[in-house]
Amino acid sequence: MAWLRRSEVVIAGILLLAMILIGLVNPAFWQADNLFSLMRSNVIIGIMALGVLMIMISGGIDVSFPAFAVAAMYLTVKFMLWSGYEGIAFAFAMAAMIGLLLGAINAFFVYKFRMIPLIVTLGTGSMVRGFLLGVVGTSMININKMPDGLIDFAKIDIVSMTKADGTTYGLTAMVLVYLGLALIVHMVLRYTMVGRGVYAYGGDPEAASRAGFDIRLILFFIYCFAGALAGFAGLLHAGMIWLANPRDFVGLELDVIAAVVLGGASIFGGRGSVLGTMLGVFMLVMVKNSLIIMKIDTTWQRVVVGVIIIIATAVTAWRDQKRKA
Amino acid sequence: MTDPFIELRNIRKEFAGVVALDDMSLTVREAEIHCLAGENGSGKSTIIKVMSGVYQPDRGEILIRGQQVPRLNPIASIDHGIQVIYQDFSLFGNLTVAENLAMNVQLREKHRLMNWRRTREIAREAVDRLGVELDLDAEVGHLPTAGKQLVAIARALMSDARLIIMDEPTTALTRREVETLFRIVRDIQSRGIAVLFVSHKMREMLEISETITVMRNGSLVADGPTSEFDEALITRHMTGSDIISEPYVWTPPSGAPQSPRLEVRGLGLKGAYEDVDLTIRPGEIVGLTGLMGSGRTELALSLFGMAPADHGDVKVDGKPVALRTTQEAIAAGIAYVPEDRLSEGLFLTQSIDRNILSTSYEALSPGLTIDKTRAAEMAAETIDTMQIATPTGDKLVKELSGGNQQRVVLGRWLLTDARVLILNGPTVGVDVGSKAEIHRKIRDLAREQGLAVLMISDDVPELVQNCNRLVLMHRGRLVEEFESAGTSEEAIGDKLKAFR
Ligand SMILES: Nc1ncnc2c1ncn2[C@@H]1O[C@H](COP(=O)(O)OP(=O)(O)OP(=O)(O)O)[C@@H](O)[C@H]1O
Ligand SMILES: [Mg+2]
Repeated sequence: MAWLRRSEVVIAGILLLAMILIGLVNPAFWQADNLFSLMRSNVIIGIMALGVLMIMISGGIDVSFPAFAVAAMYLTVKFMLWSGYEGIAFAFAMAAMIGLLLGAINAFFVYKFRMIPLIVTLGTGSMVRGFLLGVVGTSMININKMPDGLIDFAKIDIVSMTKADGTTYGLTAMVLVYLGLALIVHMVLRYTMVGRGVYAYGGDPEAASRAGFDIRLILFFIYCFAGALAGFAGLLHAGMIWLANPRDFVGLELDVIAAVVLGGASIFGGRGSVLGTMLGVFMLVMVKNSLIIMKIDTTWQRVVVGVIIIIATAVTAWRDQKRKA
Repeated sequence: MTDPFIELRNIRKEFAGVVALDDMSLTVREAEIHCLAGENGSGKSTIIKVMSGVYQPDRGEILIRGQQVPRLNPIASIDHGIQVIYQDFSLFGNLTVAENLAMNVQLREKHRLMNWRRTREIAREAVDRLGVELDLDAEVGHLPTAGKQLVAIARALMSDARLIIMDEPTTALTRREVETLFRIVRDIQSRGIAVLFVSHKMREMLEISETITVMRNGSLVADGPTSEFDEALITRHMTGSDIISEPYVWTPPSGAPQSPRLEVRGLGLKGAYEDVDLTIRPGEIVGLTGLMGSGRTELALSLFGMAPADHGDVKVDGKPVALRTTQEAIAAGIAYVPEDRLSEGLFLTQSIDRNILSTSYEALSPGLTIDKTRAAEMAAETIDTMQIATPTGDKLVKELSGGNQQRVVLGRWLLTDARVLILNGPTVGVDVGSKAEIHRKIRDLAREQGLAVLMISDDVPELVQNCNRLVLMHRGRLVEEFESAGTSEEAIGDKLKAFR
């Protein structure tokens, strides 16, 4: 019964238990519109979590991605308004590219100067935010100015239903985008040598370079990929909420890191999976969502996220310690 | 005699003023088992790193199969068929056995994609070639040291190796595992592959090798067929002098009987050991040995509060003590030097001084501040008595040779004013010269300060030499006790064999 001990199975079990408990307290939890809206809330955090996951497996940590996401989103939307571009393919490519280039800065410092990723990303994140607000602008771009193409894309539903009172609701197709990206990251981590190198580097950097892994490639790959995912998610977020706010995503890094840790990734590096991360994201979003439904103050939500980080990290650290012994 | 595979001539290597190798020469022939001996810090690991291309020599030449090689880097060295199994094995604890085994092949073939089926095939082949049982899906981090070593050897064999170099492969193994390793080494040799290995255990060297090279202070002092060497001769070459050691004698003091330093009654820990009765008087050194899994390490851990016993009592100087945490054990006057010092006992990136003092800071700070002069004195004194080879106490511990790192941990515990000292494999990885030095220090502590010493070791000669009493443990019970005087090493060796 080796599969029973796999982290993903344990997390899925806990998730199911939590869902049943929440369902008992609040029967409306199981209604389709609530589940659909839950899944919708997974998309942005989930895509960002995929990037953070790769960096955490490598033994690093990233707190710069919310800043990168906001920069990519705001610059791209500004560009679309300025140029009158109405499509979406180029817009997403541009947002991802901005994120990728910013990610390369992280990789450069981590690789070249062997700096601690936390310090590097704290620095780049703060710089990028500062630049954005200082140089590009501080004004929000709201619904009446937002590019229509973007909003229309983000509005697509897979299924839509009508309630008894006539209002309609649906499951956003952005969930498919999220699943698609998750599949790509999973394939990269599991079936490419670069992906295996990320695990090897996270397990033992010294041994990884002795074995002949290209450490520069690995580091640039994960930081650039994570940056690109953040940029992409940033723009998608603007499309989904019909608003481009250059002060968005403040404090999001904590939620995302909490989700990834909750999903079984080790803060010491070397362990973590896409499936686990997706479960972790779902759990975090669900808990936060339930707190809102229960009308618990946002300040208390921060407390809950903090507690989740501490507990999840303690549990994974304890697990890793046991494995080492 | 076979042809030379690799010849190193007049190699010199300096590290920022420290001469690690000076005019060192070494020849390893095809398909021979070759042993490299030398004191701690004599340059064994450094010459190995020259062969593996990790260090470039400052001077000297390298010939492989008679051909001069201009520069050896790690990749070129592997291409020439040289494989090194490092002391830390360079394995990935977070990955499976299969992936660890196949990774190098996959990387060498420059694949971009990971083929899991092929990974398993490669791994299967590697394991079969070695003729051992290994669970391919197990995570390497879960394996015991011997298992990790097998993975490292199997991996080395994957790459058409001509020479396999092992740096102190037997240090962390039990006797039985050493036997398995030697069987494998002979098997490797029968396939025409040479094996060079470093060991500090004379008997092992004499048992397995055909050729011995002895180095001292970075230079070659002697080499030749093993048949021309014996223990005394190797020792003399290594240290430049003879080492005479006398057995440890302890006579119970006359007059009123003192209460024992350590008294253990009916101690038990479920699944590990039971009914352990043990008494050690001040000044006694008691040896404890037994096979792997006999419960000896668990017993030691219990006495140090790391794996608290579930029944029985322990008294120190006649006073009952609770040993539920290490803090309680230290407060009760018990000190423990662990088996796996290199990973458990040291702060590698800190200075020697800090490592030495790390258990004494409390004693050094009567008020809020640390008594700096006293601290410096204590550290310097320890470096001196433990003969740690370093110009200054500011050097980082990771820059020391393996054996010198060992002395740092030992020295640290000798500083605390413990009354009961538990040593688990006190001289593993330490050369003969310093072994004698460490033994002398332990004896002094016992004799002059009245410590009770429990010495756990696999090294029977070491125990017979240094303990006045020996206890054998088997399947969690203390089964026999001997006075060292009048007991031969062979008799104990035979007893241990009978346990299997
Ligand atoms: N990277 C380094 N920087 C500075 N000094 C070093 C370095 N590596 C080795 N040395 C020094 O070179 C000398 C030889 O060290 P080496 O590790 O080769 O000894 P060794 O024979 O392997 O000893 P042991 O038996 O203790 O493992 C030592 O004095 C050591 O302190
Ligand atoms: Mg060494």
